[in-house]
Amino acid sequence: MAGTALRGGLTWVVATVSSVIEETPSARTLELDVPGWPGHLAGQHVDIRLTSEDGYRAERAYSIASAPGEAPAITVERLDNGEVSPYLTEEVRKGDAFEVRGPIGGYFVWRPEDGGPLFLAAGGSGVVPMRSILRHRRRSGSPVKARLLLSARTLEDVIYRAELEGPDVVHTLTRERPPGWSGYARRVDLDLLREVAWPAIENPLAYVCGPTPFVEVVAAGLVALGYALQRVRTERFGGA
Amino acid sequence: MNLFTRGFRGPKQDASADPARVPPGQHVAHDFPVLSAGPTPHVALDRWSFTIEKGGPVRTWTWAELRALPSEPITVDIHCVTRWSKLDTKWEGVSLDTLLKDVDSGPSYVLAFCDGGYTTNLPRADVTGGKAWIVHTYEGQPLDPEHGGPARLLVPHLYFWKSAKWVRGLRLLDADEPGFWEGYGYHMYGDPWREQRYAGD
Repeated sequence: MAGTALRGGLTWVVATVSSVIEETPSARTLELDVPGWPGHLAGQHVDIRLTSEDGYRAERAYSIASAPGEAPAITVERLDNGEVSPYLTEEVRKGDAFEVRGPIGGYFVWRPEDGGPLFLAAGGSGVVPMRSILRHRRRSGSPVKARLLLSARTLEDVIYRAELEGPDVVHTLTRERPPGWSGYARRVDLDLLREVAWPAIENPLAYVCGPTPFVEVVAAGLVALGYALQRVRTERFGGA
Repeated sequence: MNLFTRGFRGPKQDASADPARVPPGQHVAHDFPVLSAGPTPHVALDRWSFTIEKGGPVRTWTWAELRALPSEPITVDIHCVTRWSKLDTKWEGVSLDTLLKDVDSGPSYVLAFCDGGYTTNLPRADVTGGKAWIVHTYEGQPLDPEHGGPARLLVPHLYFWKSAKWVRGLRLLDADEPGFWEGYGYHMYGDPWREQRYAGD
């Protein structure tokens, strides 16, 4: 697979928040107006840099939530002890500006020619790059089938729930279930993967994103079920 | 640039962290985040080996042979390109000076190769002279597979993607060639103090 993006270096440019969408009680999407945005691939990320009035800077990387061809957007989940995410989920409003550079990353990406079948597994805000991939698949008219496994603490923590809902979306709720819940109600394990992941015989292409323990279990599980090591792409996020 | 972000107030950093030890754009993490491009590989120690290659294999050590070499304790700060730094991490491992001692000193670059197919490139001068180790122990315990066990490269003065997990050997090269992340646009050298995150930085 060829490398991508980043040729010739990246520079910081000013992004203006063009809209703020509340996704869940702790997550929101910021749509960004970035003059000269070169376009991105599904699954890439962007660096953002905040600068306080006294010159203090903080940088973080966020997955891009929008599809290629759309304006860049990020979805941020608040970490209570975070330094950047509380600002982005509580304080920021339409018209505010900060610096961004990107898009970045060439491995955890999906292009229509990469094919499938796609098995996407997301823990919590790990769903962000999956939305970009699924939107891109739809917008590009790709015929590959895709199944999405979403693990969240509660139903109201599921980001983009209305957009993603469909026959090939499987939820598991690890902490709390609404009355009458008939879906999965536990952390992902091998048995659950055996039931929901495309069979290895179909040579699926898997993308797994979420907190480290989730990614470890899913990636190891898919390999145990016969997925080729090189067909399981992962992106992990730590607590920082 | 004069831009500041309305309403953003920093720092909420750990005040106990010495700012002189935290490179630009980094913040101090207290956990140990894991970043890998694919599933964690597992290899049995009796099938593990570490090989120096130049064209073909030049020298190979089994796990037992590697562990019989002198190991030293190492306490260092590490810096991940995803912006966390971790201070005073404690490792034990074999200096690459020991492993490269009797090996052809001509080639100026090395490419570390790993279980799972990962590679990363380094100048030979950056893995010799007491600057790099093959580590097998972290905080007094055998290195966890998630963090690269049974053994990983440790090159703490460069961004941590250069400290390849699950390392199985070094290929000696006359010319620098990009490894896995470098092929996707990450910096060929990766000095955190010069913020060499991506090509062109």
